[in-house]
Amino acid sequence: MLVQPFVRIDNVTKRFGRFTALDRISLDIAEGEFLTIVGPSGSGKSTLIRLLVGIDDVTEGTISLNGSRIDTVPANKRPTCMVFQSLALFPHMSVGKNIEFPLKLKKVTPADRRARALELLRLLRLPEDYYGKMIGQLSGGERQRVALARALAFDPEIIVFDEPLSALDYRLRKTLEKELKDLHGRTGKTFVYITHSLEEAMVMSDRIAIMRRGRFEQIASAEEIYSRPVSRFVASFMGEVNLFDLAVDGAGQPVWQGAGVTAAPGALTLAPGWQGALMVRPELVRFLAPGQSADFTVQGQMAAEYALGSRIQYSVQTEGGMVITVERPFEARHHGAPGAPVALGWDRDAVHPIAGTGEGGGDGKA
Amino acid sequence: MERLEHRLGFLTGLPIIVLLLISFIMPLFVVAGFAIMPQRVFELAHLPDFSSFAVIWEQGYYKSLLRSLGLAFLTTAILFVVCWPLAYGMAKVFGRFTLVITLAVVLILFVSENIRLFGWTLSLMKGGLIEGHLRAWTGLSFESPLYDWPVIVFGMAYVYFPFMLFPLAQGISLVPDDARLAASDLGASPARILFEIEMPLAAPGIMVGSLLTFVLSAGAVAEAKLLGGRSVVVLTDDVESAFTFGQNWPLGSALSLMLIVIVAVLAMVPISRINLDAIMGRKR
Repeated sequence: MLVQPFVRIDNVTKRFGRFTALDRISLDIAEGEFLTIVGPSGSGKSTLIRLLVGIDDVTEGTISLNGSRIDTVPANKRPTCMVFQSLALFPHMSVGKNIEFPLKLKKVTPADRRARALELLRLLRLPEDYYGKMIGQLSGGERQRVALARALAFDPEIIVFDEPLSALDYRLRKTLEKELKDLHGRTGKTFVYITHSLEEAMVMSDRIAIMRRGRFEQIASAEEIYSRPVSRFVASFMGEVNLFDLAVDGAGQPVWQGAGVTAAPGALTLAPGWQGALMVRPELVRFLAPGQSADFTVQGQMAAEYALGSRIQYSVQTEGGMVITVERPFEARHHGAPGAPVALGWDRDAVHPIAGTGEGGGDGKA
Repeated sequence: MERLEHRLGFLTGLPIIVLLLISFIMPLFVVAGFAIMPQRVFELAHLPDFSSFAVIWEQGYYKSLLRSLGLAFLTTAILFVVCWPLAYGMAKVFGRFTLVITLAVVLILFVSENIRLFGWTLSLMKGGLIEGHLRAWTGLSFESPLYDWPVIVFGMAYVYFPFMLFPLAQGISLVPDDARLAASDLGASPARILFEIEMPLAAPGIMVGSLLTFVLSAGAVAEAKLLGGRSVVVLTDDVESAFTFGQNWPLGSALSLMLIVIVAVLAMVPISRINLDAIMGRKR
C-alpha cells in the first residue's frame, strides 16, 4: 500500500553562498506526529525549519504537503506556523490582540475572534482576564503560552518550534515540555520541534531526527535512539555513555584499546575485522562483589562520586587509563572510598556495538 | 543611600538647570510679558492688555499662522514618506553602507542652511543653473518654480531631511526582525506588516522625527524668504515684520506666543505617549 506522506522533504539542499547548510536532506513527517530535530548549533536544524515555514527558500529539492509543493509558496500563504525562539510576540498589542492577529488577517468577525481567543486562553490554562494584558506584563512561561495560542489560532497544518523553551529556567522548562506533549495530544496537530537537548526531545517526541553538519545522522524513536544509536555522535548526545574502542582481529578475538576489559567467551558476536566501539550505558554497569562474575569485567579504582539526587554517579579509573561512568540508584549505592579498588561488570544485553572509527556514522536511514 | 543619590542627581544637574532657566525659559516669560503689553507704548507697569491678540484676529494674521502650520504639516508628511524607505534600508538592509549614507547626510550640514538655499535659488531661477542649461542645449524653456508655496515645502523638506531620517532609522531599528517574520508567517501581507507591526513598533522614532521636522518647519524663516521670495507670507515673516518694520513688539510677541503654544500643544500629545527611554536604547 502506498500511503502519501503528510509532509515530504525531498532531497533538499540549502546553500548560503559557498557554505552548504543542508546537504540533500530527505524526511517524511506523518500527520499528527511530534517530530523533534536535535543537533548542535550549526548543524542545520534551524535552516531546515526556516525552509519549512518559508522564511528562506530552498536551493535545491522540494518540500510538499499532502502531495502538493509548498516550497514555492510564500511564507504568508503557507499553512505552517512557527513559534520563534524569541517568541516574536507583538509588544504593542494586548494578549488578546496577539492571539487574534492571524484571525483578523483571515477576516474573522470581531465577536468570533474574541471567542476563539478566550477558548485558546483556556486551552493553554491562562486566566481569561489575561485577554487585555500587555505582553510586557507577562512572565516567561505565560508568554510562551500566548505564543503557542497565537500559533494555534492561525490553525496551521504544521506548527514548528524553534527552541522556544531554551530561555526558561529548568523547572519551568520541564513543566512546559510536558504541557506541550499534552497539548500535542489534545490538538492532534503536527509538531516539528527543534532543540539541542536530546533530553528535551525524548520527553516529548514520537520521533527524533539527529542532525549533524547538514545531514541526518539518525531518525528514529526515542527508545531506538537511546538504546541503539548509529554513531558515536548520536551516543555522545546522550550525555555520559561509556564507549570502548575495539577491533576484532582475523581470528575473531577482540582487541581492546586501552580499557583493559575482559570478555567472557561467546559474549561478543562480532565478525572478524569489525572495528568500532561498544557502547555501555552508565546505569547498566554494576559493581561486582568478590566472586561475582559478568559477561564483561574490568578492574579499576574509584575516582569520584557525584550525587545526582535519585541516582549516584561514579567515575572509575581503569587499569588501562580509561574513565568509566557508572550510575546506580540511590538505594543501591556503592560504598567505596576514593582510591579503593573496584571491579565492574556488565552483561551482553547491555552492549551496543557502534561500527566505524570516526565520530559520525554513515548516512541517516530515513 | 537612595536619598543621597537623589540629592547628588539634583546637585549635578543644577548648573544645566540654571543655564536652561536663563537661556530658554526666561526669554519665554519675556515674550509672554511683551504680548500682554498695550500696543505702541513701552511701559513696564501696566494692566494686562490683550489688544494684540484682537489685532491678530482682526487683521487676519491667523491666516499666516494656518499657512505656516499647513506647510509644516505637509513637509512632515512628505519627509516621512520619503525617508521611510531609506531609513528602513539604513536600519535593516544596508549594513556597513549605512555609514556612507550617514556621512553624506551629515556632511551636508557642514554648509550653512542659507548658502544651501541660495544654491537652490540659483539652480531653480529663470536663467539659472537648470533652466539656463536646458535652454542653451535644447532651446526649451520652463517657468521657474521659485516664489510659490511648493518650492517652500521642497526647501523645508530638503533642509530638515536629516531630522526625519535619523530618528526614523533609529525607530525602525527597534522593530525586532522576528516580529516581522512572525507576522508574515501568520499570514500578513507586506502592507499589513508595515501598518500593523513596523509602524507601531517604530512609533517612537516616527514621533521624534515628525516632531522635529514639524516644529522646525513651523518656525522656519529662510525657506519662505529665499525660495518663496515673500510671495507666500508665513507667520515667521509676520513676527519679523512686527519686531522690525512695524516696531510693534507686543504684536510680534503675541504672534510668537501663539505659535509656541500651538506647537507645544501639538507636540505634547505624542510626547506623552512615547517612551523616550525606548528610543534611547534603554530597557523599559
